[in-house]
Amino acid sequence: MDLIGLTGFNILVAIATLVLLALGLGVIYGMMRIINLAHGEFLMLGAYATALATNHGVNIWISMLIVSPLVVGIFGLLVERLFIRFLYGRMIDTMLATWGLSLALIGLVTTLFGTTVQGVSAPLGGFAIGRYQGSLYGLFLVACAAAMLGGLYALLRTTRFGLIVRATMQNPNMAAALGVSPPRIYMATFALGSALTGLAGGLLAPVSGTAPNMGVAFVAKSFITVLGGGAAFVTGTGLASTLFGIIDEIATERTTPVFGEVALLLSAVILIRVLPQGITGRFFRRST
Amino acid sequence: MAGAIASGWASFAAMLLAGLVLMFGLPHVFDLFGLLQMTVFVAMAVLALSQGFIWGYGGIMSFGQSAFFGLGGYTYAVAVMNLGDSTGAVALAIALPAAFAALLGYFMFYGRISDAYVGVVTLTVTVILFNVFNSTAGDWYTIGNAPLGGFNGMPSVPPLNIPGHPDEPLDPGQLWYAAMGSLILVYVLLRGVLASRFGRVVVAIRENETRAMLLGYDPRLYKLLTFTLGGGIAGLAGCLFTNWGSFISPTAFSLAQSAQIIIFVLVGGLGTLLGPILGAVAIQYMVTLIGAQQKVDGNLIVGVVLIGFVLLVPQGVVPVVRNVLQRLFVRTPRGGTAPVASEARP
Repeated sequence: MDLIGLTGFNILVAIATLVLLALGLGVIYGMMRIINLAHGEFLMLGAYATALATNHGVNIWISMLIVSPLVVGIFGLLVERLFIRFLYGRMIDTMLATWGLSLALIGLVTTLFGTTVQGVSAPLGGFAIGRYQGSLYGLFLVACAAAMLGGLYALLRTTRFGLIVRATMQNPNMAAALGVSPPRIYMATFALGSALTGLAGGLLAPVSGTAPNMGVAFVAKSFITVLGGGAAFVTGTGLASTLFGIIDEIATERTTPVFGEVALLLSAVILIRVLPQGITGRFFRRST
Repeated sequence: MAGAIASGWASFAAMLLAGLVLMFGLPHVFDLFGLLQMTVFVAMAVLALSQGFIWGYGGIMSFGQSAFFGLGGYTYAVAVMNLGDSTGAVALAIALPAAFAALLGYFMFYGRISDAYVGVVTLTVTVILFNVFNSTAGDWYTIGNAPLGGFNGMPSVPPLNIPGHPDEPLDPGQLWYAAMGSLILVYVLLRGVLASRFGRVVVAIRENETRAMLLGYDPRLYKLLTFTLGGGIAGLAGCLFTNWGSFISPTAFSLAQSAQIIIFVLVGGLGTLLGPILGAVAIQYMVTLIGAQQKVDGNLIVGVVLIGFVLLVPQGVVPVVRNVLQRLFVRTPRGGTAPVASEARP
């Protein structure tokens, strides 16, 4: 019974981690059809922002929840203004340019800070699951992931901004005819996605550590989750994270973390073969 | 039309001649160290040709050509350690990646997933292979008498030998001839493929998939065959690379490696065969120079080069230079259309 409890908790944390990893990407890809291959490095920047701010005496909660999203959000805004906006509609070129950005960021951070930086340790303690110990920080991650998913859903579904964003996503020309400026919406969306990614990076910093090439480990997972989710990216990311999180955690428990990840990626490739439009291309099509 | 065919033969003959001159001339110009450097450049040029073929002509955006490169390297290492003779090992190092490419290609092209998804799926497969090969440390992961070695890779892989004579291995000087000979063979093969009916259909599909389909060609099959051929060539490149350092490690599967291959093609020129070769040599040379200094991390420069080319010279160096030369030497009638630079776009 205790073991089931622990497994269940671990599965929840795995799902939450995937949601955190993928949500920012989902915003950018789902809204703008931009495949941002520097996504992993945006996460890395978020983690670095948290680690550096905390090491310079900022309260860890402030650095995670405020500094990281702010820094990476502003960075995303700059990236969009400096070169993404010249590449709208050229999907492969965007992939290439963002991949260049990804390499450049890894190189830049390595040059500035070296290959290691003092990380942050997880705040909060543990709690007992029968004979086992679960980490309270894991619980906090689950809460954060749920709040981010719910918040984004509410933002897109209930606010005026969300309505404009969804309209621009569906038909930019019509939206422009009605007086919305699609370039400004794209800019805001890219910054929002970047900020969410930065927040995720900050939140995951105590768990994953901080290193210049940490993003590489995340980028395939994040993409496959977003693509597996499909067009309605908030619901889709939630559903795909749930599916892949369960597969990952069970395979990890049976074998090793490496094969857990391999099982996740393989099942995702198969899912894309079976449902090329992702989960929400077939089910829950009316959600966001 | 006849003129175009004649100029095609002329350019082919010129390229072949240049290749042969380099093959037999360079050993007289460089010392052994320089020749070894050139050998790895040539291995990378073969790899670049595989990407240049499937991307520039087949319109398939693979972000995981390093998967086949690494598989080729590992296959050669495992096979030569078990077989003793390198001839069968080389054949396997081409066949196995090609078979893997065929399997993956069947999955992608017959699943009719879009171009961007092809990129992401190939990327994912490369990450999977990287993770798997990274975790193969320990006695359990030994194929025959070849330990895979996990993160540390496989050292002291036996070199190529004269076919049928395992006791007569090639020395580094002779390896150069094998590498350059392979590059010339691959180039000739691809020129032949592109001049054939098959190659024309492949290019037609790149230009307009729907129209080619309506004319009765099955794009899925043609893309699959293109991808498979590319996988085999990348496997050969991996085999040459393993021979160059008598060493293969999981970094062959890394994303940085995949990125480099794409940069080779992008810098050299999409839709040409010469471009990827020149791009590979130039970028590889640059990477060697960067590796020699300590101030700036190599990834930073490679990344900036990639961004710069996507934004400023998206068609690559060779097409740009060719257009400039054409404008200088071929008289175009006044008011006539200048050569179109965007012809090579996928």
